[in-house]
Amino acid sequence: MEAYLNLFVKSIFIENMIFAYFLGMCSYLAVSKTVKTAVGLGLAVIFVLAITVPINFLLDTYLLRPGALSWLGSQYTSLDLSFLSFIMFIAVIASMVQLVEMIVEKFAPALYGALGIFLPLIAVNCAILGGSLFMQQKDFAGVTESAVYGLGSGIGWLLAILAIAAIREKITYSNVPAPLRGLGITFIITGLMALGFMSFMGIKL
Amino acid sequence: MLQTNNSMEKNVSNPKKEPTILFVNKEREPLFSKKNRKLLSDPMDDNNPITVQVLGICSALAITVQLKPAIVMSVSVMAVMAASNVIISLLRNLIPNRIRIIVQLVVVAAMVILVDQVLRAYAYDVSKELSIFIGLIITNCIVMGRLEAFALGNGVWKSFLDGIGNAAGYGVILIIVAFFRELLGSGKLLGYQVIPDSIYAMGYENNGLMLLSPMALITVGILIWIQRSRNRSLIEKN
Repeated sequence: MEAYLNLFVKSIFIENMIFAYFLGMCSYLAVSKTVKTAVGLGLAVIFVLAITVPINFLLDTYLLRPGALSWLGSQYTSLDLSFLSFIMFIAVIASMVQLVEMIVEKFAPALYGALGIFLPLIAVNCAILGGSLFMQQKDFAGVTESAVYGLGSGIGWLLAILAIAAIREKITYSNVPAPLRGLGITFIITGLMALGFMSFMGIKL
Repeated sequence: MLQTNNSMEKNVSNPKKEPTILFVNKEREPLFSKKNRKLLSDPMDDNNPITVQVLGICSALAITVQLKPAIVMSVSVMAVMAASNVIISLLRNLIPNRIRIIVQLVVVAAMVILVDQVLRAYAYDVSKELSIFIGLIITNCIVMGRLEAFALGNGVWKSFLDGIGNAAGYGVILIIVAFFRELLGSGKLLGYQVIPDSIYAMGYENNGLMLLSPMALITVGILIWIQRSRNRSLIEKN
């Protein structure tokens, strides 16, 4: 239990998708103009990450990694399909995103309208594929661990986009130098926030 | 850049060497017409994928600690973009609209797998260093964004140029950021020490902060600042 909690906190704060690895920056910059849409997208990202990472973990363990096919019989133990992992992961992610899109369209049409093009683009949100690829690299022991990691990364992403959206809502009232307005100042604020997040480094539960 | 283009144009105007047969073009537009050259040069400045279109930031920031991975990354992105733009442009009339994203993803993923395998074979160290970021070219918004915005509606040759141009615009930013981060952060360029020992002896020290991830963001922020104070038309209304 403690190990899970540790992983959870680590994936939210220390290995934050945005502040430590810059994953999912495109939608982070584009959808963070208002808090409301930011929260919507953040929730969608959490949902997709928490589902796809464990599914991809199972795929990786039972299909892709070297020797993963040994459950088929001894002659398959030497097979290494790991070069297929990009394409398998992205296929799982794309279909999951399609599912989320349909759910959101049905139950929250207002949110669907607000998210617009960015909902299908979750499929190409680097944070999602990044979560799966990091999972592959980290060699998790079990499916629960990978689910905790996916959930934590998603929450970290929501936290980051929520914070920047709140700051951007306020910053419209301040006098930013004209060339920095919009994109430039957002970059610099994100940099400063990332510096702040670095102070979490080394925290262990 | 312009000079090579001009010389190519001369080749084109010479009817014997006309290479347009490869890419059948109804208007008989020269291969490097003004419009096509604009496709190449626009993304460098006015329509830069990173600083103006806000595409492909993720990888641009994470791999710019040193110059070498940044260069390898730009070349890989260029290969993937040019190839997938051409393929999608060839298929553009066959792809049903509803499933186009999945088709695009599959094409891009296949290209990225190729690049990944080539890098593993010929540049293993760099490929280790880039770790997951080669895989993340698949979800690099530049590739998808240009496929959606350009290749789906334009001819093969134009899409090819658009891919090369945008990848070059991306590479330019990557290389500028990596140049400053490596120079100020570790006093090296491409792994060779460029700041002489005598300066270190005078008390100069490497700025370790430049190696940390937040400084990548701030460097890009400053680049945007410089670009927009030079080119006022890009300033956002607030």
